[in-house]
Amino acid sequence: MQDKVHITINSKEFDVDKDLTILDAARINGINIPTLCHHADLGIAGNCRMCLVDISGSHLLQPACATVVTEGVEIQTNTRRVRQTRKELISLLMSEHDTNCLRCPKNGNCELQDLAAEYGVDGNDYIQLSADYTIDISSPAIIKDDSKCIRCQRCVRTCEELQGVNALAVVNKGGELRISTFLDKPLHYVVCTNCGQCVNRCPTGALTEKNYVADVWNAIDDPSKHVVVQTAPAVRIALGESLGYPAGERVTGKMVSALRGLGFDKVFDTNFTADLTIMEEGTELLMRLKHALTGEGKSHGALPQFSSCSPGWIKYLEHEYPDLLNHLSTCKSPQQMFGTLAKTYYADIAGIDPADITVVSIMPCTAKKFEAQRPEMTDSGFRDVDYVLTTRELGHMIKEAGIDFDSLEDSSCDSLLGAHTGAAVLFGATGGVMEAALRTAWEIVTGREIPFTNLDVTPVRGMAGVKSAAIKIENALPAWSFLEGVELKVAVAHGLANVKTVLQLMKKGEADYHFIEFMACPGGCLGGGGQPIRTTPEIRQSRMDAVYAEDNALPIRKSHLNPEVLHIYKDFLGEPCGEKSHHLLHTSYTARGKY
Amino acid sequence: MDNRKINDIEKYKKRVHLMFSELDIKAALREINALAPELIITELITSGLRGRGGAGFPTGKKWEMVSEAEGTEKYIVCNADEGEPGTFKDREILQKQAAKVLLGMTACSKAVGARKGFIYLRGEYSYMRKDLSAQIEAFHKLLNDFKIDFSIELRMGSGAYVCGEETSLLESLEGRRGEARNKPPYPVTEGFMGKPTVVNNVETLVYAVYIILEGTDSFIQMGTKSSRGAKVFCVSGDTPVPGIYELELGMKLSDFVDLFGDDDTKAVQVGGVSGYCVPRKNFSKTIIGFEGVPTGGSMMLFNSSRSMYNVLHDYLEFFSEESCGQCTPCRIGCQQLLKGIEQVKRGTKHSSYLDNLREIAETMSIASKCGLGQSVAHPFISTTDYFKEEIIY
Repeated sequence: MQDKVHITINSKEFDVDKDLTILDAARINGINIPTLCHHADLGIAGNCRMCLVDISGSHLLQPACATVVTEGVEIQTNTRRVRQTRKELISLLMSEHDTNCLRCPKNGNCELQDLAAEYGVDGNDYIQLSADYTIDISSPAIIKDDSKCIRCQRCVRTCEELQGVNALAVVNKGGELRISTFLDKPLHYVVCTNCGQCVNRCPTGALTEKNYVADVWNAIDDPSKHVVVQTAPAVRIALGESLGYPAGERVTGKMVSALRGLGFDKVFDTNFTADLTIMEEGTELLMRLKHALTGEGKSHGALPQFSSCSPGWIKYLEHEYPDLLNHLSTCKSPQQMFGTLAKTYYADIAGIDPADITVVSIMPCTAKKFEAQRPEMTDSGFRDVDYVLTTRELGHMIKEAGIDFDSLEDSSCDSLLGAHTGAAVLFGATGGVMEAALRTAWEIVTGREIPFTNLDVTPVRGMAGVKSAAIKIENALPAWSFLEGVELKVAVAHGLANVKTVLQLMKKGEADYHFIEFMACPGGCLGGGGQPIRTTPEIRQSRMDAVYAEDNALPIRKSHLNPEVLHIYKDFLGEPCGEKSHHLLHTSYTARGKY
Repeated sequence: MDNRKINDIEKYKKRVHLMFSELDIKAALREINALAPELIITELITSGLRGRGGAGFPTGKKWEMVSEAEGTEKYIVCNADEGEPGTFKDREILQKQAAKVLLGMTACSKAVGARKGFIYLRGEYSYMRKDLSAQIEAFHKLLNDFKIDFSIELRMGSGAYVCGEETSLLESLEGRRGEARNKPPYPVTEGFMGKPTVVNNVETLVYAVYIILEGTDSFIQMGTKSSRGAKVFCVSGDTPVPGIYELELGMKLSDFVDLFGDDDTKAVQVGGVSGYCVPRKNFSKTIIGFEGVPTGGSMMLFNSSRSMYNVLHDYLEFFSEESCGQCTPCRIGCQQLLKGIEQVKRGTKHSSYLDNLREIAETMSIASKCGLGQSVAHPFISTTDYFKEEIIY
């Protein structure tokens, strides 16, 4: 079988793999072909027609994204009619588009705008068709503005192929075609998980996060407010991209300095509560195991235990599998644990009235905006987390404040809620919660370090959609003797389509795990819906490499050794899953169903 | 109806009666069942039969490609989504000669090795559903008598014009939104459920039966080199004798207008809204067929009382509504052309804007994903070529 074919692009000859599309063959060989509907993560649509090229023997132009190379094919990417057609297509798209770019949140990071600039199209060639659509602002996380939509259907494919959610779909035909929801309901009232993967892939400003930057500035500028900020582990490994650094650049220290520069009164770290989550969720798992294996103690929920850090995943489960909610760990996410503790523990020690504290989160996530507004998230007596900004919004704030990020010195987070371990950093990548939990739980049960070189639990690392591992527990400490000889089985799934696969296996009785980490987004939080745009498998891999490098660079890499975590249990919480923890750090869920 | 005209038409040397003639279905099925698949395909290739839906792909070649395609699971789809404005022949054929269509599908299944066929019936023809289902049921009994392992299922369309385009039809048949697929791969290799599939128009299948039973000689003697055989024409518009007429292909449009016109014909729209507008001055040099102007059957005549602006405006309204909307040039192009001629007519755009619109149409013809968008230029360019004054003033 011949694996290569001989092709000609713009009169240059190439031997390329026979299954490549013309687009990939061209890009590999340094020939750029413009695209809009194409996305590396998604199936081929071939509907924007931007990538049309001339092919020998065809009077029609052919879409490079959807056409596979054939032996001897002669391709021209730069003929007069190709250029004119592309220009015409951009003009047509602009005629359907609200071209008030200065009012658009994606101004400066818009693929249509880039192409219009490249091809010298000003949007005035044809009759303006853009309609006055009602902007959907129902969701606390995502804004949908159809007047910016170019109908490329990346969002629809994202929602269907990557996430298996199908909250977004195509409705109507012809000029009436739009991207809509079930019964055209507002986004907040359908099965949307707020994961924001559509936002990450929208080439224009049709889907954007709900922006809370102005609220945060208001809080910072209000002298009566004490504004504390937390940053999730996946922010520090991606923020750089918003500020001109290559993907995978770790900017932790500069980020902390920048946050101080923005005027936050205290710069804390979600990583602190990530470590705390491990203590709580690990203990919860051990209690569930104890109850299941010995019948002792009270039931803390079903096995396998599901992780509960990802608010997109939680809302997905609430909609799609409400009967499985008793599997979910009752632990709040690190963001929400932080909010509660900031307005109780920290407020007490700092002597500040929690009513005057504003908690701001910087998250790689759009669903966190929704999570912060869940009605039950008020255990401190106040809204635990006031505002959630995405990595992108933080990038905007830093630029707006005129901070020269590159010249900033590194600095560290403030104490009390700022210390963290390498294990907490792992939360930023798929498999990270699992790895952190295993490092701690294993050591609690056996008194020994987990038997992986350098503590790297490699079976749960990497980008495979579903990962699993099994470790046999031997020589357990006396208190955990009921686990002696038990083969601890764990699994990890990221991207809701993969999540669905695991849940369906479970329903069929083919997933006998004890603990499963589920993350809504591809790659975990590093691929979150609030991360810098654009996203590709390569970019996410670079971010993942950065997560592991960050873990490796920290002196303490096990959550149970975090000194501030030990301190808070001693001084405030008592013991993991104790009464105070139960009140402040645990939560309950809502069966939502699909309609 | 004008009886003198009808008389002239019946006496016309190229008037034929094949489509609606009587046929002993059982005997025909016996005969077809005895034939070797290769022979069926060879006969069809020799006959020069081309698809009667409008695109005109050689039918024998299509059957051959599916017969040679890899895999054992193959499908036959009868495209009865007759949506082209001005076309109403498949309805008549299915009402009067459904058994011949089923026979054609069976012959095809034998030739390519398929065990399952579908009739995709236009949504608006749902009133035919009951009768057609009964005919299919009766035919299944016949197939059973001959122990032929083939079954036919009737599926309804939902009224989308684009589903007449074969890949959109297949998407719809699979339960999805009717939208064209990227081609290649073509249905002959990856059709229904990704399996090799023959998609043939209703009329094509009946002519295939005729050729298989009667041999190629009589078929080849009809028509011209590029357009063998006869065709069922749907005559509408400004004519004293509207209706369905089976005629040899390759006739001159002037002969056609002599037979069917009202002595005041100023233009004929050949091939429906996706076809071409031919003005009176070109009637005598226009051949109806693949070497001239092809048609899937629709022949709409317009006399001097008609405004070609209104005609074109109607077409563009139709396209704007019936574009599936997925690809940029067709979705937006249709709207631009429609709004564009409105503004030129109103004078809010200069008459030279018509040239910009023609550029959009040209772009649509080479850049659209499927035949719908690609063919909007046919009526737009031809109508604005010949009736520019009527469009502008």
